[in-house]
This record gives sequence, C-alpha cells and structure tokens, in this order.
Amino acid sequence: MPKVPIQLVLNGEERAEFVDSGATLLKVIRDKLGDTSPKGGCHQGTCGACSVEIDGELKLSCLVLAETCGGADVSTVSSLSSDGVLHPLQRAFMENFAAQCGFCTPGMIMAAKSLLDRIPDPTRDDVIEAISGNICRCTGYEPIIQAILTAARANSLTAA
Amino acid sequence: MAIRHGRGVAAINYPTGMNLGGDPSQALVHSTPTGNFMVTLSSVDLGQGLKQIMAQICAETIGVSTEQVIVDTADTDTGPHCMGTFASRGTHRIGNAVIQAANEARQVMLEVAAEALEVDASDLDTDGKGNIQVKGAPQKSVSIFDTALMAHFKYGRSISGRGMFLVPRSFPETETGAMKPSTCYAHACTVADVEVDDETGEVTVTSVKNVFEIGRALNPKMVEQQLVGGSWMGISHTLYETTEPYYPAREHGATDFNQYLMPGPGDLADTEIVVLERPAADGPYGAKGPGEMCANPQIPAVANAIFDAIGVRIDTLPITPERILRALKAQAGEAPR
Repeated sequence: MPKVPIQLVLNGEERAEFVDSGATLLKVIRDKLGDTSPKGGCHQGTCGACSVEIDGELKLSCLVLAETCGGADVSTVSSLSSDGVLHPLQRAFMENFAAQCGFCTPGMIMAAKSLLDRIPDPTRDDVIEAISGNICRCTGYEPIIQAILTAARANSLTAA
Repeated sequence: MAIRHGRGVAAINYPTGMNLGGDPSQALVHSTPTGNFMVTLSSVDLGQGLKQIMAQICAETIGVSTEQVIVDTADTDTGPHCMGTFASRGTHRIGNAVIQAANEARQVMLEVAAEALEVDASDLDTDGKGNIQVKGAPQKSVSIFDTALMAHFKYGRSISGRGMFLVPRSFPETETGAMKPSTCYAHACTVADVEVDDETGEVTVTSVKNVFEIGRALNPKMVEQQLVGGSWMGISHTLYETTEPYYPAREHGATDFNQYLMPGPGDLADTEIVVLERPAADGPYGAKGPGEMCANPQIPAVANAIFDAIGVRIDTLPITPERILRALKAQAGEAPR
C-alpha cells in the first residue's frame, strides 16, 4: 500500500508520519502516534468513543482519513490534563462516578468539552443533545449528564 | 387513540453465583519487602470495580490502607484458578478467597512482628495506620514496613497466604428433587410507571423505582453506580435490545449500532434507587452479588405496567411497538396480519 506523508499538530505537538493511504485518523493516532486515548468502538461512526477535535471541531476520528488532516490541529482527551492537573470535566467525571468500564469516557469528555466551549452554561437538554452520539453501556447516562452539568457550574463559578 | 397509563410491580430473588459442578475461586496474597500487599487473581475486572473491592477486602483483613494493596488480575498463567466474573459471583466468591488468603498472610506478619517485639503473636494487633502494636500497650510497636523487611532479610519468613472459596456442588434429593443451587440470594423490587401510545405502540417508561437488598454495600458509591446503570439496562432489555427480533428466523437481526437499539441519554426514565443492607452470613464482610440482579426486576415490572395500561399480556421481549400493536389488534378481535 502506498504511504502518504502527513504533518499535523497532535495535542499541541508537531508530528510527522508516513501513513497508509486510506488509514483512518483514529488508527494513525493510536497505532502510529502512540496516543491510545481515543477508542475504536464501532469503526463506523455510531458509538462516539473515537471523538476528537480537529481544528476545534468535534469529529469522529474513525470516519476521517488521516491523509486529509495535513496541517490540522488535532486534540484528543490526552490534551486536557497537564502535569497531572485534571481538566474540570475530568474531575467532574471522577467525582460523579461517571465511568465504569471507561471505554466511552474519552469520547464523552471530548463531546462535553465541545459543548462547554460553545455553550458554557448548558441546560440538561443541551447536554443530552451533545452526548447523543456517544454510547455508554455501563452508567445509564445519568451520572455522565450530572458530571457535565457539574463541570459547567464549576466553570461558571471560576469565571465569575 | 390515546396515551394510556399503567403501573407495574415485580419482585425477584437472585442467586449469587452458580452451582453446576461446584463454584470455586482462589486467591494468593503476599507482601512486598516493604509491606505492600499483592493480591494475585486470575479473575477479571469488567469495569464494575472488582479490583477496588478486592483491594478493600484485603486491606480490611490485613489491617493496612487500601492504597497499600496491589491487585493483579486477569492472567490465568500467573493467577490461581477462578471460575470467572459472571453470575454475580465476583465479590462474594473471590472476596471470600481473598479474606482467607489475607488472614493467613496477616498471621505470618504478626508472627514476625512478635519475634521482633519479643511478645506473643496473639497479643498483637494492627493500628490501621501501618503499624503493629501490643494490645493495650501501643507504645510497643513495629511498622508493617519494617516487619516486611525483617521477614524477608532477617527472619526468612514469607508473609503470604492462600485463599480458596468453594461452594460445593449440591445434588438434588432423590425423593423431592429439592436442591440448594445457591447459598446466598440478593433481592429486588421495582415499581414502573409507563405511558403506552395505543396508536403508535410506543412505550415510555416515565418512572422506575427500585429497591435492592444486596447484603452489605462494600463500596456504596460503586454499588449505586452499578444499580443505576443496571436499571437502565433492564429497561433497555425490556423495550429495545435484541439481535433476533423474529427468532427463530434470522432475518432483520441487528448487525451494528445503527440497528441494535438502546435507550440514549434522551430516553431516560426518572430513576430512583434504594439500597437495603442485610449482611449475608457467608458473604465477605456480608456482601452479596448485585451484578446481574440489578438489571432484572425492571423487565417484569414494565411488562406488568404495560398490561395495566392496555390490558394485554406481552410475553416476548423486547416489547416493541410492533408487538404492542399486534396485541392490541388481537385484543380487539381483529385477525393478526
């Protein structure tokens, strides 16, 4: 298979790699660039576990070809914490017991981040809409909804 | 054509573990040279928190903090045999095995400390803060850290223990056929409220109230987590999930998440959970198995609520709009199509 050179920014760092033509961004992030935080649940865009941000927009990395991401700025959930300090969403997920097996968590948190970037003070319906493309099999969703609302409240307190 | 309301109730007994040919699990516990404790299992944590619970059980039994326990799971090459994580058996079976292993390790640890302190091991106790002390004379003490070091380098003792928990096979009595398939039962009761649209056949579970009796909740937040998620899954099984919608015909079976239906975050019933704790006599610190049980009582409760709403019994899962409409037609005396 022909290899394609790509250059992109992953979690703030310049990366360059030769990738298989037709390889998904998910596969390249996990297998070539070594960030296994986005998960491959369905590989057809129906579970949301692979959600990442590309140039600030929420995308399903299993449906994006890596070779279309030249020059792009890609962020996974790994970008949210630094030096062991958790993002308010990560803290809220932990404190609200919003994960059990944890497989959906990276995608859920990216979907939630994208929501809070657009709407810092979301309603419950906004939260439901934002995570409606993400499947969770363990929690029954309520702890996740509560975690996102908690993080939003914490953010608005910090901002005030 | 109208929205019809119904309420249903269901109560269940649920066995912890299974009894086909006996139900065993083993555990090994040993100290590191610096007084941390390793629990070696071949049992697997599915995400429900088995590792956390086993760390708590080991820590409680030995008398150290949970942070001092390392749990190594899921390797059948290096871990002692376990029947597996299924049948709501993990906490109960593996937990009991960990208690036995941890008790044996604790006994060796106290014997080593007794030698170091020149006292009798039966006069020693742990203080829960990492020390072993003489009962009634806490100033005479040695740290678990030093005890583990001395065991390894000075006294030549292995602070370790073996744990085995077996629920023996129960054969039916020839006269009556009675048998004891489980030693321990969890219980649950659910009240479900539904709305049934008799035009579209669509069912909405508006409220589900669950009471679970699970022995002692060894980690109350994790228990709540599992029960809330389980309640969701029970409703999902009742109304949505199937790979075989027209079993035994294989056509129209779901092959991906586009076709395999589950309630999403917008389809949640108002869910209430109440936990009753009645410690089980043979459970590790009184625990039973809440695992599978938590997703079961919602199914008959919702089916009963649908009966209450529309007056027909649906006896096939999932209770889809199609099945509701067919049942309503049959009830009205129309030939089913």
